Amino acid sequence: MTNKQIVKLEVNGDTHELLVQPTQTLLHVLREQLQLTGTKCGCNNGVCGSCTIIVDGQAVRACLSLAVASSEKEITTIEGLEENGKLQSLQQAFIDKQGLQCGFCTPGMIMSSLALLAKNPSPSIDDIREDLSGNLCRCTGYVKIADAVMSAIEVEQS
Amino acid sequence: MSTQLDHDVPNTSIGKSIPRREGPEKVSGKAIYSDDMSMNGMLHGALLGSPYPHARIVSIDKSKAEALPGVKAVLVGEDLPFNYIGMFIKDQLALARDKVMYVGDPVAAVAATELSIAKDALRLIEIEYEELEPVLDPEAALLADSPVIHDKRADYPTMFELPKEPNGCCYTELMEGDPNTIWDQCDVIVEDEYTVPAQYHMYMEPVSTLADVDGSGKITIWSSMQSVGRVQMYVAAAMGLPMSQIRVIAPRIGGGFGGKCEFTNQPITAFLAQATGKPVKMTLSREDDMSMMKSRHGGKIYMKTGASKDGTLLARDCRIILDGGAYADESPEVSPIAALFSRGPYRIPNMRVEAWSVYTNRSRASAFRGFGNPQATFASESQIDDIADKLGMDPMTLRQKNALEGDDLFFCGKRIESASIQACLEKVKQASGWEQKRKQTLPAPPGKRRGIGIAAMSHICGLLASGANVTLNEDGTVTVNSGCVDIGQGSDTLLSQIVASSLGLDLSQVNHANADSDSSPYNFQTSASRTTYMSGNAVKKASENVKEQIFKQAEQILECAESDLELRPGGFVGVKGVPEAVIPFAAAAGRSIYQEGGPIMGTHNWIYTPEDKMDPKRMLLKGFAMMPDGVGILTFAAQIAEVEVDEVTGQVEVLEYWAAHDVGQAINLASVEGQIQGGVVQSIGYALFEEMLWDNGRLINPSMMDYKIPGMADVPYKIHPLLIEMPEDSAPFGAKGVGEICCVGPAPAITNAIKHAVGARVTQIPATPERVLDAMQNNSDC
Repeated sequence: MTNKQIVKLEVNGDTHELLVQPTQTLLHVLREQLQLTGTKCGCNNGVCGSCTIIVDGQAVRACLSLAVASSEKEITTIEGLEENGKLQSLQQAFIDKQGLQCGFCTPGMIMSSLALLAKNPSPSIDDIREDLSGNLCRCTGYVKIADAVMSAIEVEQS
Repeated sequence: MSTQLDHDVPNTSIGKSIPRREGPEKVSGKAIYSDDMSMNGMLHGALLGSPYPHARIVSIDKSKAEALPGVKAVLVGEDLPFNYIGMFIKDQLALARDKVMYVGDPVAAVAATELSIAKDALRLIEIEYEELEPVLDPEAALLADSPVIHDKRADYPTMFELPKEPNGCCYTELMEGDPNTIWDQCDVIVEDEYTVPAQYHMYMEPVSTLADVDGSGKITIWSSMQSVGRVQMYVAAAMGLPMSQIRVIAPRIGGGFGGKCEFTNQPITAFLAQATGKPVKMTLSREDDMSMMKSRHGGKIYMKTGASKDGTLLARDCRIILDGGAYADESPEVSPIAALFSRGPYRIPNMRVEAWSVYTNRSRASAFRGFGNPQATFASESQIDDIADKLGMDPMTLRQKNALEGDDLFFCGKRIESASIQACLEKVKQASGWEQKRKQTLPAPPGKRRGIGIAAMSHICGLLASGANVTLNEDGTVTVNSGCVDIGQGSDTLLSQIVASSLGLDLSQVNHANADSDSSPYNFQTSASRTTYMSGNAVKKASENVKEQIFKQAEQILECAESDLELRPGGFVGVKGVPEAVIPFAAAAGRSIYQEGGPIMGTHNWIYTPEDKMDPKRMLLKGFAMMPDGVGILTFAAQIAEVEVDEVTGQVEVLEYWAAHDVGQAINLASVEGQIQGGVVQSIGYALFEEMLWDNGRLINPSMMDYKIPGMADVPYKIHPLLIEMPEDSAPFGAKGVGEICCVGPAPAITNAIKHAVGARVTQIPATPERVLDAMQNNSDC
């Protein structure tokens, strides 16, 4: 197609020059062109939160972001969280507290939690419930997700 | 029967909160779900749904779609072999032929190099329809003058006799005693009609299938599903191929809840792969998933219950009408299960129920966590509270007075394995502070009122067949293969724990094999709360089989009698009382493959069969596709909700929730808690928010935006699972299933709490603000 544009995406510390349609979402490009399939598509209209990624420090829905508008921005996906092959304490807390079941919402849930903790390092349970209310989970009933976030805070603070 | 745990096994992890084995891949984005897969040369599939609820297909012209560059196949019903598929009634085709039965009924499928091209091609398919009068009201659908949806149903292969009524899919009638002779003796009678919605499963991962075909024509399928064996069977039947030509593999599954039982889009995706000779992936958009796939049965329940003035329940009559939608799917077992549970966990000596599944022109209803039971229990538990109200009796006391115990038989005469309902009631009563809270008006902020309500419930766990293989590797580690598909509930971890704990191994020494129809033993499916009980038993007995073979080798190596041997932690066998006489499993494995005996492989296969068959003479028992004694063992629970109702808006908030469950024995504590908390929240959605809405047969809210499921801020953080552990003799380590029963109680517990708060009975769920206000206005007590 002639109307494709070149976009320079910085994802998890790597720079990619990609040819994309102006209408393509960041979610589509991450999954289909960069094979970063950890970011999930649950609704494709910005409701479920499964595609949450972090763009310039903000939690963003990849399905509502256009790839061409994401040039030169610092993008972090779930695949970019491990440091030297080691899980971050928040990721570990989701495992330890069983804050996951089917796991489909988990990447988005973790990215939203990270963005929350970046702006508020000691949120209350109600802060967590409010802030993560845009990330839907159909399995856990949310209790153990909140527990996982609380437990990660304790680990960080100790 | 309850039993004591076997504490002789060393190194047990039974009852501990063992983290999920697949946790690391799920928190790092490495877990691979169907839509995450791609193959060289892979095409993308898309489905065209019918625009009409009921219409005859007059003609189809697909030439323009086929001519679109990038399109590799366009299939319509006429292109496929004419093979009906289905579980109890074979009434469904991979693509509609001659007639369409609901808006969204798949009528054509395209495979193209890009998804966008496939979708463009769908718009180029020209179909001429002749509209027929739609059948939308399940009660009217049974009347003689109703249009008939399945005019060819006499030709369908079925597992039972279909009802004669025009759109009847399944009719069940059960009766013990006779309520019609008893009403005169009742001091109090309540009678009402209850309306329940179609609830969409809303698994977070939409339906997705990848199908590939090899040079010999063998089809391999990766799909989001609840059983590899069921999908293998349906794809083979649809394609007219032997099952040996179909291989089905489970990747990670993003939830199912019953919606991915039986088949979804696997047959049509396999047809596209076969037609193009290329791998084809078809992932439904959320909108297509909601319009084309399945839901919980909506419907109506008419119920009448009578009791004596001392609170003894005497009689009940019940009529259940479930809207099964366009195809039978699992309806012919859902409505009978609703009937079976319409008596609740109580003694009601005179009980009659009739239950219908009815064909209508809407998307098909299917299995959904609870399987007919939440609908029946909503009515039943509402009436128990209303009787207590009329008698001026505490609803807890009324339940305790009538709850099954000891040698009481369940409805239809099924024996109760452990009569734990009384223990559940007592536990939830204590934990919630019930007595104190029911005595007074609960303090609430201005403009709001608070209430507390209870529901008691029972369900099944078990049914049908499962097998397992456990093989000992040369180094003494083991591999377990049960064919179970972990859809998120945690069976990979749980089954590994059972194997490890049966053999004294560390969990890290147990490899859990993925479900793959080429190598896994038969397992019915992840449904009916059956995995822990059915596959748990299979893997435990297969492990014990391995242990016997290890001991036989150890007898030779350690030169002692088998009775002197014991398991030691970490994969060792030793001589009792002689600490230094010990060998690793690897020594037994080595001897078996290099010296004598042959490879050590344990196996177990079984089918659930009740200990005592029920006697059809003691009751009327009609129209059960599967006999009620074959549906597994019974489980019990009692749940309490505390709610706050806004008097002005009618908005209801659940403040706290207590759920007491007899789980037999927790295998993985945190997983059991997670199942209960998740099930409660799913049914808080059922009670308060969720409802598929149709306008003239068209689903008008097919998006996450318009169909709300509970988010974190909509539900309480305080959801307390209260476990009652009365180990069950016939279960692995005593453990019973808990996956569905947790979903059964929230709707009545919440509406009973609403009644306690504002004095009004809500008989239609979800209890939206409008319905709560209506109920308040219609109630003179308010």
